[in-house]
Amino acid sequence: MKKTVVSAILIGIFVLYCFLHAQAAPVAIVPTATPTSRSSSSSTPTPTLTATPGTTPTPGATSPSGSTYKNGTYTGNVADAQWGVVQIQVVIQNGKITSVQFLQYPNERNRSVQINSYADPILINEAIQAQSTKVDIVSGATDTSNAFIQSLSNALSQAQA
Amino acid sequence: MKRLQLLMGMPITVEILDANATEADIERVFAYFRSIDETFSNYKEESEISKINRGELAEEASSDAVKTILALGEQTRQETQGYFDIEHDGLIDPSGIVKGWAIFQAAQLLKEAGFVNFYIDAGGDIQVAGTNNGHPWRIGIRNPFNRTENVKVLAITDKGVATSGTAIRGQHVYNPHQPEKPIQDIVSLTVIGPDVYEADRFATAAFAMGKRGIYFLEQLAGFEGYMIDYSARATYTSGFERFVLSDDKIS
Repeated sequence: MKKTVVSAILIGIFVLYCFLHAQAAPVAIVPTATPTSRSSSSSTPTPTLTATPGTTPTPGATSPSGSTYKNGTYTGNVADAQWGVVQIQVVIQNGKITSVQFLQYPNERNRSVQINSYADPILINEAIQAQSTKVDIVSGATDTSNAFIQSLSNALSQAQA
Repeated sequence: MKRLQLLMGMPITVEILDANATEADIERVFAYFRSIDETFSNYKEESEISKINRGELAEEASSDAVKTILALGEQTRQETQGYFDIEHDGLIDPSGIVKGWAIFQAAQLLKEAGFVNFYIDAGGDIQVAGTNNGHPWRIGIRNPFNRTENVKVLAITDKGVATSGTAIRGQHVYNPHQPEKPIQDIVSLTVIGPDVYEADRFATAAFAMGKRGIYFLEQLAGFEGYMIDYSARATYTSGFERFVLSDDKIS
């Protein structure tokens, strides 16, 4: 009786393994399918996938001829995707991609921060300096009424929520 | 012809360079600002806004001008991630949007009357049209630490320029959740936009965002910004320099 149960479990595990292996195979045929769908509407760059293999590959046996990938786990470089950064890890087995993982990807929570870090290098910073040129009109702040301050503070409190 | 009046709690200057301008033309502009004040002021008991806030007038029953402002306020709130809001504690304070809108409408009045070269300056928010005797209008950005100085000179044609800030009366915008921690990182934010209405509303909203405001402007097509922080350093958008008149460019 025990032997039958153990056998059944072993067979079950083997069937499960075959099933999972079959599932993994289609991913290998269309390497970019997984990241493209995962990134949805954001401007996630696909170049990361084809980018230089990462710093810590764990090479296995060299893949057979005709295959373009070497076995191992590869971590892509951090790529700027405008709304954030993307970093991808791929696992190659038998010369085929068996797993694609996002180590980092943009999300709504950190979006504003990412806008900052992206825009930072573009903007110019300087010490203000008095100008001698004669002007026709002067622009300066006057909107300091209590109502203005209250309205702004209220908007700020909502933006914090 | 150049005239100045104190209206809506601020100095309003109108200058028309076209030779056929008369006192009556400028008076029409000031009359328009007075009518705007009568309709929208929170300080006038009989204004429509005061009546709405006391519950005596339904928004649906208000004038077209009020309906327009309420709609523009809501549109701006949506376009600025909620940083611009004319309503608080159930009360409406449309002053943040009325000013720029009124200057823009007043400029339209002059254009429809056939004037080409003029400006309207209401408390430092400016709409310019045409040129000043062939050269672009020169607009100084006031030093928030010293009212007698300008820290930048802009060459502007047919655009709006508006500045939001805390400098003049030393007041600070604060975060109600952390009232003990005033938002002190920026003191002045000047925006160049397609017209003064656009420049004013986005200057107000971007200022409320604090240091992040200049990045918000950077993402906004058709707008440039110049932000001055408490350490007297300025950060400006990538296209801002096109409008800057440096001392050595002056003949």
